Amino acid sequence: MPKITIDRERCKGCQLCVIYCPKGLIKPESRLNKKGIQPVMFLEGAAAKRRGAASGSNCTGCKFCALICPDGAVEVYR
Amino acid sequence: MDKIFTKPKSLRDIPTHYCPGCGHGVAHRLVCEVVDELDIREKVIGVTPIGCAVIAYDYWEFDCCEAAHGRALAVATGIKRMRPHNLVFTYQGDGDLAAIGTAETIHAANRGENLTVIFINNAVYGMTGGQMAPTTLLEQKTATTPLGRCAKLEGYPLKISELLSCLPGVYSIERVSTDSPAKVLSAKKAIKQAFINQMEGKGFSLVEILSACPTYLGLKPIDSVKWMAETMTKEFPLGKIK
Amino acid sequence: MSEKILITGNEAIAEAAIQAGARFYAGYPITPQNEIPAYMAKRMPEVGGVFIQSESELAAISMVMGAAACGFRALTSSSSPGISLKQEGISYIAGAELPAVIVNIMRAGPGLGNIWPAQSDYFQATKGGGHGDYHNIVLAPASVQEAFDLTQFAFELADKYRNPVMVLGDGLLGQMMEPILVPRSSFLVPREESKQSTKHEAQSTKTWALTGCKDRKPNLVASFRMREGDLEKLNQHLQEKYQEIEGKEQGFEALDIADANTIIVAYGTMARIAKGAIKTLRAKNIKVGLIRPITLWPFPKDIFDRVKGQGLRVKFLAVEMSYGQMVEDVRLAVGSEYMVEFLGRSGGGIPSEEEIAYSVERIADRKTKRYPLNAKR
Repeated sequence: MPKITIDRERCKGCQLCVIYCPKGLIKPESRLNKKGIQPVMFLEGAAAKRRGAASGSNCTGCKFCALICPDGAVEVYR
Repeated sequence: MDKIFTKPKSLRDIPTHYCPGCGHGVAHRLVCEVVDELDIREKVIGVTPIGCAVIAYDYWEFDCCEAAHGRALAVATGIKRMRPHNLVFTYQGDGDLAAIGTAETIHAANRGENLTVIFINNAVYGMTGGQMAPTTLLEQKTATTPLGRCAKLEGYPLKISELLSCLPGVYSIERVSTDSPAKVLSAKKAIKQAFINQMEGKGFSLVEILSACPTYLGLKPIDSVKWMAETMTKEFPLGKIK
Repeated sequence: MSEKILITGNEAIAEAAIQAGARFYAGYPITPQNEIPAYMAKRMPEVGGVFIQSESELAAISMVMGAAACGFRALTSSSSPGISLKQEGISYIAGAELPAVIVNIMRAGPGLGNIWPAQSDYFQATKGGGHGDYHNIVLAPASVQEAFDLTQFAFELADKYRNPVMVLGDGLLGQMMEPILVPRSSFLVPREESKQSTKHEAQSTKTWALTGCKDRKPNLVASFRMREGDLEKLNQHLQEKYQEIEGKEQGFEALDIADANTIIVAYGTMARIAKGAIKTLRAKNIKVGLIRPITLWPFPKDIFDRVKGQGLRVKFLAVEMSYGQMVEDVRLAVGSEYMVEFLGRSGGGIPSEEEIAYSVERIADRKTKRYPLNAKR
């Protein structure tokens, strides 16, 4: 199943990936990173469901998040 | 499972100094992706501007030269004329290219210098603290137009790309945006074509990239891309200009 | 083998640059140096070089910066108001430690002034001129032959120290024709040969040059130093370099100073006029000599020290085609115990032999320091 990884120390919390993820699988984390910024996280499986992603929503590896990320914090696997 | 998206090799693996949501990060990456895909890293020479992107060379893994504010295209002219086999590009903001460097821009274009120009238009001066840019929209509030840009006092947003398209020396001009993933893809296509033009000796190619400056637009990053899509592109319509 | 040719100062400078291996010239027309770009427009293509008539002096100096950053010998030329504009780029070139040659054929100012010869750019040439703590090496030829020779030397110094070098002449020197000796091969550098030398020049020892980062780490040409401490480090390095230049590169001509009671200090064209006055005065048995700085920066302080070392009760007269610029360096060089008088005109007038002779005679028996000295008009 495709997935992404987010470098939480590199993330500056602009959340552009959050609005462009067609599946709603990226959400702000509750913990801050070392820079004191609220990074975003990728939701998988149960976590995705818990955070309100529609059931059956899985990452398709569309790369939208990586394309829009200004900080090169996202890597995509398929 | 294969990694299908990662940072290009020409982009150094260090975090940038840019604000959250700043469009420079995307533009830097796109330039590097193109450099990698065309396999020109060992041939490319970048000329960096004065502005937020002044230390772009810290992030790029290839030869670079600094230029005084506005003089990037003059420096690039000197480089390209002496090293015609290298690929030379400038990376300039709106203040650099369309205000203090207007003369250098117009004349390099008019000479048809075989260069690639990456022009970042974010409608505001970022590095100095959000002052009016030549491309600031009417009624847009900045540090030096606190009541909004007024045509009577400050003139109109300068459409330098349209202006340059009148010059016979110019080969190609395209305006792209970075406000959505789809537009980022077409921006990359335009940048790649602009480098290919230079490799084929076609002449002066400019890509104007509309870019977000959330900090000095006074908007959240997610709102600033909406503003670009809804407001800025009305004044600066996207597409091939020449 | 060499041959004798008759040539103007401006053209001699241009040809000297070509023969020194310069293969890039950019400039903007301004009187009284227009012969240089015109000559380059014709000559550069002959030797496989590049000539660009730029849109402004700002652009010209930046183009030179680009060419120099690639490892090529490059120059620009202008006259006083144009040099004011070039100061931006010169400061960047100094900060980025690039070799470049700037020719300044001075005219009278301030502002638009006029096109008459002057030496009023001494300050903007020797004291930095642009922003920041930097120096140009400044060479001041007094004849067309010297204009030719010093222009070639300028490229050597520029490469040696990775520093901008200014050749500082005035409109008189630029426009004047004189016979000079040049290597026989001059004007006949064949295209292919020069192209090879261009290649050689660019590759040579300039490992910092921008060539594309094949088989090496990327090179960066920049003066920007934002991280804490970095700019101070650069500035300290520059200061050490300047000290080295001050120690090694002082150039001057000394004439009749061994027995002199009065020493005229003048450079460039002005020094030639002073030599005429010295002839007249010596015929009248007045003991007068001349120190002619050839490097204006570094100012040739050592010769003044030598004069002082002789313990002579000598007086100095600085003569300039300006209102007292070089005289400040003379005063600094000799110290307060020596009398330093000044004679200068600018804006159209040039101190004549008679005026200089008159001034020397007037100060010959003066006991106290007093200036400015009013010359007979």
